[in-house]
Amino acid sequence: MRLTCPHCGERDLREFAYKGDALALSRPEANAELQAWHEYLHIRDNPAGPTRELWYHTPCGSWMVAERDTATHAVHRTMTPAEATK
Amino acid sequence: MRIATGGLIDREKPIRFTFDGKPVTGFAGDTVASALLANDILLMGRSFKYHRPRGPVTAGSDEPNALVTVGEGAEARPNTRATCQEIYDGLTVTSQNRWPSLRFDAMAVNDLLSPFLAAGFYYKTFMWPRAFWEKLYEPIIRRAAGLGALSGQPDPDRSEKAFAHCDLLVIGAGPAGLAAALTAAEAGADVILATEDTRPGGRLLSETVTLGDQTGREWADRMAARLAAMGNVRVMARTTVTGVYDSGTYGALERVAEHVMPGEAPPTCFWRLVARQAILATGALERPIAFPMNDRPGILSAAATRTYLNRYAVSPGARVAVFGNNDDAHRTATDLAAAGVTVAALIDTREDATSDGAWPFYPGAEVIETQGRLRLEGLTIRKPGGTLRIGADALAVAGGWNPALHLTCHMNGRPVWQEDIAAFVPTANAIPGLTPCGAALGTFSTAGCLEDGRRAAEAALDALGHSPKPIDLPDAEDTPYSPPATWAVTAPGRAWLDLQNDVTTKDVHLAARENFRSVEHMKRYTTQGMATDQGKGSNVTALAILADATGRTIPETGTTTFRPPYVPVPISSMGAGHAGKGFAPERFTTSHEASTARAAPMIEAGLWYRPSYFPVHGEKTWRESCDREVRMVRECVGVSDVSTLGKIDIQGPGAAEFLDLVYTGTFSTLKEGRIRYGLMLREDGHVMDDGTTARLGPQHYLMTTTTAAAGPVMAHLEFVAQGLRPDLDVKLTSVTDHWAQFAVAGPRARDLLNSLLEEEVTDDAVPFMSCWLATVSGVPVRLYRISFSGERGYEIAVPARYGAALWRLLVAQAESLGGGAYGIEALNVLRIEKGFITHAEIHGRTTAYDIGMQAMMSKTKDFIGKAAAARPGLTESTRERLVGLRPRDPANMPLPGGFLFTKGETPSRANAQGYVTSACWSPTLETHLALGFLASGPERMGETLRFTDHLRNRDFEVTVTDPVAFDQDGGRMRG
Amino acid sequence: MADLIARPATHGLLPIEIGSVVLEDAQPEAITWIAPYNRKKSAVTRTLGGFPGPGQVVEVKAGRALSVGPGQALILGAPAACDDAAVVDQSDGWTVVALDGAAARDVLARLTPLDLRDSALSENATARTLLGHMTASITRTGPYRYELMVFRSMTQTLIHELTRAMKHVAARARLSGPG
Repeated sequence: MRLTCPHCGERDLREFAYKGDALALSRPEANAELQAWHEYLHIRDNPAGPTRELWYHTPCGSWMVAERDTATHAVHRTMTPAEATK
Repeated sequence: MRIATGGLIDREKPIRFTFDGKPVTGFAGDTVASALLANDILLMGRSFKYHRPRGPVTAGSDEPNALVTVGEGAEARPNTRATCQEIYDGLTVTSQNRWPSLRFDAMAVNDLLSPFLAAGFYYKTFMWPRAFWEKLYEPIIRRAAGLGALSGQPDPDRSEKAFAHCDLLVIGAGPAGLAAALTAAEAGADVILATEDTRPGGRLLSETVTLGDQTGREWADRMAARLAAMGNVRVMARTTVTGVYDSGTYGALERVAEHVMPGEAPPTCFWRLVARQAILATGALERPIAFPMNDRPGILSAAATRTYLNRYAVSPGARVAVFGNNDDAHRTATDLAAAGVTVAALIDTREDATSDGAWPFYPGAEVIETQGRLRLEGLTIRKPGGTLRIGADALAVAGGWNPALHLTCHMNGRPVWQEDIAAFVPTANAIPGLTPCGAALGTFSTAGCLEDGRRAAEAALDALGHSPKPIDLPDAEDTPYSPPATWAVTAPGRAWLDLQNDVTTKDVHLAARENFRSVEHMKRYTTQGMATDQGKGSNVTALAILADATGRTIPETGTTTFRPPYVPVPISSMGAGHAGKGFAPERFTTSHEASTARAAPMIEAGLWYRPSYFPVHGEKTWRESCDREVRMVRECVGVSDVSTLGKIDIQGPGAAEFLDLVYTGTFSTLKEGRIRYGLMLREDGHVMDDGTTARLGPQHYLMTTTTAAAGPVMAHLEFVAQGLRPDLDVKLTSVTDHWAQFAVAGPRARDLLNSLLEEEVTDDAVPFMSCWLATVSGVPVRLYRISFSGERGYEIAVPARYGAALWRLLVAQAESLGGGAYGIEALNVLRIEKGFITHAEIHGRTTAYDIGMQAMMSKTKDFIGKAAAARPGLTESTRERLVGLRPRDPANMPLPGGFLFTKGETPSRANAQGYVTSACWSPTLETHLALGFLASGPERMGETLRFTDHLRNRDFEVTVTDPVAFDQDGGRMRG
Repeated sequence: MADLIARPATHGLLPIEIGSVVLEDAQPEAITWIAPYNRKKSAVTRTLGGFPGPGQVVEVKAGRALSVGPGQALILGAPAACDDAAVVDQSDGWTVVALDGAAARDVLARLTPLDLRDSALSENATARTLLGHMTASITRTGPYRYELMVFRSMTQTLIHELTRAMKHVAARARLSGPG
């Protein structure tokens, strides 16, 4: 598998670390309800199909969001967290 | 026997090797199988289960029978296919799975018992008594059935791994692959052409076809030379593409130096090939026909017979019969006769077939029995009008072709049945970017393959954005191919499918009768296709027989899938270079050599190596050294290398706010030149790491992390900076390796520093928890007044180039004061005496509350983990919370991992009150000490508990204490 | 007071020559990490005399600047300073070696998943990637020359891995089998 680091370009999978759903970028407000925090921390879908995932390009330190299909393994798009949360 | 002329062997270069100790001579270019056949040695192995005598049936990597061990000692390679192994002078080849010899194998008695050993026999028989399975049945069965044995010696780890990238990967170098590679290369694409064979050509090296006015092999040689001369083409011979992975990544095994005496060169290389586009030109594998006793040495595929004949100038026999259902049988007879071999008979299942050859010809006939023991002696055929016995010492069988589509299944593609060629072909778009062509796609004429290769390359070029240039392809045979589906001959007797695992047509019928009707169930019940050849030759035939037995069509029955690797890949190839020093990077501090020079045992701390202790003359145990080092720090001064702690430089207008977010405490209020202890939580409210952070300037901080968490903390900080707060202008970089840093601790620490530094260290200039710039011998250093020992402590940091020199200086000065170096055993004792935590305590399941640091969680600002740490379950007083523990008898050591119980309760899991995380002998307090977690711990000070360790057999009483056992008010470290 | 003697990370370990490839020390006088503050990139570019984009190496006043991460560069050469950027001395944090010779690319292909073809890593291009298990920086400084950087503490592993690969490449070159 290959992924495109927003800074370095396309690279082999072994340069990356997987860090879970891109939902982690949507941190609730400090005073949000406990339920909002619970969902942010623990509630994840497990879809057979498109996902948005966080990956870390270990050599350069870039975080990124990958839009990927778990059924076909196709990687549709990668972007910086800033682009992903626009 | 060797044919007098022809072949791609070098008769000027005889090669001598041994087979089971006996000398054998072949020629350069021979495989073990062709050289043995040339010497009339057909018996090369014994089958897995019945120990039946076997000879080669193929001339390639699909070989199920001729498995041998090559080489000796640690270099020995069991289960090597004699059909692939090239010979070299001094090669030793040993047969397998026989005792005492290949010709007389005692375990062949299994064959007499075969009526009882059908599929499922072991499952049904050795069920009872249950206890007998592991101790009696399994060892016996394992000894009786088998393949080659491992040497038992450590792997010499001589292989290698490598990566290569290209625009187009062409897999296979027969006519289709060569045409594809040439088309793509001429258009300027960057091409890798991988062939399993020793040279490009594929079937052209084995057939007597012509391309234009050249022989097939002449054309192949010319194309190979043309490609090799092009700068944008890399021809990889002896390279089998073994697997297909996501995004155009392919695994490939190159047999680099298995064809020469073991030496400097790596035996194999496991490649990761990355290709934007790929072409599958892997050809096809000839399939057998299941007829009774079709497994005798001397019975082999017709395609293999032509390979031996045309490529190696070897005939498997002097009188060879040919049996088939298509024109390949006729082609084989023609080639045999042309080589001067007697064609004993040509037997064609097709009633309307004709032949004008000078050999006995039997259309509409089938082989129904064979004779011979260690090699074929004759066969019986059923022809219109009766049966006939024919004397023959070899039989070539042409059952039609199965496209070698295996790689197209590696990403879940299921092959589709194509009726006109009675074969499975690759499903469309099975692998993104991979285009099958030629025989792998069911195109079997030479002209068709050439054209198909060009077409596939043009499609790939289009996808790559290259424009194809016209290339000339020669005229070639374009014989139509449409054989009848001939799977098995109906006649009494055992007819083998999977030769290696001894699966017969009867086993498949038995599976169907016992309702293992799914092809996947049949496979597992009978072990069909589960041997090292993965049923390359026999799988399709087996499922056709299952289809017949269950009254379904072949498409209805379906096929099992193929998974990587296509051929066996040695583990030593996949793990090449990852043993010993290659297992993981070794990180060394600048004091490493000085430590080892003092015989300090080095232990791993993550990837780092740190000294355990520094033994001095007369010390017999590590404890003696450790106790001395602890007393040295408490009473005088010790120095210790702490460079392994993570150091992260944090700068920018947003740095203060950033630190306030990642730490529970407040760092924006920290004064310049001062240091604060920080606790970092995960967002789920549990402790991630701890350490000190110094403020070096208005927008400049230096954070330290624990040794183990340096990497994860850096990734976490980058996540917060890039993902959560991209608005904060903050820049991070690791400076761990730039600085060599040494702890100087003890009552005389300041004296030691003042003997070295150009500036005078005073408590006014450098109070507790402050940092300072100083100079040693003209070299600027950073001084941090922090303590992990509980004594007056400093850490002195220099650029790493000066680390070794400063360490020697510090140790020398410490020794002159009566102190010296201390290792991490003493460091651990010192911190346990002080109740300082490490990752033994912040092990991922503890909160700030659990470790008694709830006061460090700011109430006035947000921080990572704040909301989750406030959840009711994480703040209950009944949680297991940090305490100190002291054994009633000081000699008892409460071992980490042991459990705590309320006195009088049964020490069972349900009653556990907590556990021990760290323990040591305290030479300062002359007792064992421990840290641990205890339900409602801080509320149980003074209580006596029962400590139990069932694994290590400890059971004694401990008293609950404050975690800080020594100098509770911290007066010693504050000075 | 005795002098503190500086000791290079590769002390006593290099050069190593195997086959057509030489591995030698290439430590510059100083290595400075520079990360321009937000919206300060053009000011930093002016001060330094250049700033590399992703994958680039540019000549700057103090030496050569390599791109090493998003918005980050390392300047190899004289010490560099700049007010509009985070500036960190990393001179002793990295070990820099050079791999030089006709087969240098083949040696690297045994250790890095990076695409080393001219089309992907031309002369004067740089990449952060893996070298064996280590994160590394690879810069192509000539047709057959690469500068490799890893954290200083891993110097011995770097040399071990490169030496093993150099031996294999040289041994392959000596193979003269049929076909």
